Amino acid sequence: MSLDTLYDKVYDLHKVATLPSGQDQLFISLHLIHEVTTPQAFLALKERQANVLIPKRTFATLDHIIPTASVQRPFSDPQGELMAKTLEDHVNEYGIEFFGPDTNKQGIVHVIGPEQGLTQPGMTVVCGDSHTSTHGAFGVIAFGIGTTQVGHVLETQTLAMDRLKVRQIYVDGTLNEGVYPKDLILAIINKLGVKGGLGYAYEYAGPVFDTMSMEGRMTVCNMSIEGGARIGYVNPDTTTYEYLKGRPFSPNKFKEAIAHWETFRSEKDAVYDDVITMNGADIEPMVTWGVTPAQSVGVSQSLPLLDHVAPNERELAKLAFTHMKLTEGAPIMGQSIDVGFIGSCTNSRLSDLRDAAAVIKGNRIDGNVKLIVVPGSQQVKQQAEQEGLDAIFTEAGAEWRNPGCSMCLAMNPDRLQGDQICASSSNRNFIGRQGSPTGRTMLMSPAMVAAAAVNGHVVDIRDWRA
Amino acid sequence: MSRISCVTGKAVPIIGDDIDTDQIVPARFLKEITFEKMGDYLFYDLRYTSSGTIDTFPLNVPTYKEATVMIVGRNFGCGSSREHAPQAIKRYGFNAVIGVSFAEIFASNCLSLGVPVIRLLPADIDSITAMVDHHPNSILTIDLATKEVCVNDHIFSFSISPSQQEAFLSGSWNVLNLLKANHSLILDKDTQLNGFDRSSKA
Repeated sequence: MSLDTLYDKVYDLHKVATLPSGQDQLFISLHLIHEVTTPQAFLALKERQANVLIPKRTFATLDHIIPTASVQRPFSDPQGELMAKTLEDHVNEYGIEFFGPDTNKQGIVHVIGPEQGLTQPGMTVVCGDSHTSTHGAFGVIAFGIGTTQVGHVLETQTLAMDRLKVRQIYVDGTLNEGVYPKDLILAIINKLGVKGGLGYAYEYAGPVFDTMSMEGRMTVCNMSIEGGARIGYVNPDTTTYEYLKGRPFSPNKFKEAIAHWETFRSEKDAVYDDVITMNGADIEPMVTWGVTPAQSVGVSQSLPLLDHVAPNERELAKLAFTHMKLTEGAPIMGQSIDVGFIGSCTNSRLSDLRDAAAVIKGNRIDGNVKLIVVPGSQQVKQQAEQEGLDAIFTEAGAEWRNPGCSMCLAMNPDRLQGDQICASSSNRNFIGRQGSPTGRTMLMSPAMVAAAAVNGHVVDIRDWRA
Repeated sequence: MSRISCVTGKAVPIIGDDIDTDQIVPARFLKEITFEKMGDYLFYDLRYTSSGTIDTFPLNVPTYKEATVMIVGRNFGCGSSREHAPQAIKRYGFNAVIGVSFAEIFASNCLSLGVPVIRLLPADIDSITAMVDHHPNSILTIDLATKEVCVNDHIFSFSISPSQQEAFLSGSWNVLNLLKANHSLILDKDTQLNGFDRSSKA
């Protein structure tokens, strides 16, 4: 059992009671909601004739279904319009602050929470979305919940929980030029597998994380869930505090807040249930070739031979090769693409757009490729436009869109057609994920997506820079 | 409160590991503001193509029509937190899922709905799958009190966390009333944490 880790400290502080079953009742500091996983929870609340207990601890936005081409109301998709309207009605009725499209603060829920300073160290943060683990970058316990649990939080500001084990993932060294936090998390998932994190919270630590930006830490924590870990976090430090300084919802008494936040850091002699060490210098740009985020290779490598795949992973590898129309042992470099997608709660922040724009600047998108760039929030979009990034993308032939989840899960009009293959900065390469049952997804960093879009096929970003 | 101590019924094996919630319910079916029709969408893209029904998918095989227990592999329900997935499973008519392992959020959503997810050893899942393959009319009995699955006179032990076992046996899996019972403790905690644990405007 873990002891004196950030996870233990935050968990213990927020524990309200032990329930008769033995589960813990955990107080939730911050509840984020969006249009897809809440309507049923609000309807049930109404049926129970209940109220939202602490409306000030819940914040809402519109991200999953929102179109990115035109946000003209009503939306062209009547179902999407109904979802938006339903959310708007509920936030009005219950007095919940709503970062809607007309606030200039709308965006992907996991982009705007940190951006607004809502997410602060030592909190418990939940949302009806598995990528809530993103907020762990700030030294919080953050995790995705289902709709019934959304209802529990609305009505009681608490949840019934079982304690997780804690695994520290210690990454020594530095990341090489052209290797991004996205590559690191893909490499971690490749090493530990998509089931490796079941039952664990991941603590990311070591020199690579100490020197990583908040945006990078968010990318890594975001994909913890793809490795099976419901929670991933980084201990807060000066990088965290610098990021939070002056945000709209950051505390006034900032020095006192820092002193408070420091108390949550894992102790030097903290006890972990498991520790894994890696070296950042061993990692190269990663590309997924399969249908789970663990099915990936370094860009200079070839796809595995089926004989070399562990026996209990072989069936899935076969399925992946069939679905992806790829051949065992073939190089990943040179694999052609039809579509590029830069966006999602994993990689749609300003630094991601800067990395992609730096690659694209002065180049043209390949004639056979459609590249769409979807900033994570209205704030990100505005900042990117102030820097002229939008012009770099559009002059190269890419499409510059409005913020939303877009083609990460294709609940809005952005989707793959037929068996199109997409180089994507998102987080899931599941079959059908990008909106077409036969569509194909290769996950990689935004810079690698940009380079692939220019070349029409997968290239090594390190050569591109050389 | 509804106690769940035993689930009995025929079973259908859904073979494969890492079956994600996008397979269980594709995202395009999440655009409904109720869960009512989710049962219709269960495994939609594995059951149907644009040109018709995929006859070989187990849910489309008549032999398994009456199944109320789903047998799965490793890491079932990985990916998205969408409760639509367990809602689809429950509304289609399944009362329990047995498998090697389950994704955390999926398992927690199943608990919220009163659908036991039961972890068995890989070899035991293989044995049960083989028996059901040979005799699709076999009746499985999942006893949450003794932590045993019984099929064709074979008994397999399973593990379940003591708190989840208790939640099913006592009926407290529907935990809302228990959470509400601590109303004053919740408000105390809110006050205690108010200093730096609240996102408030500067």
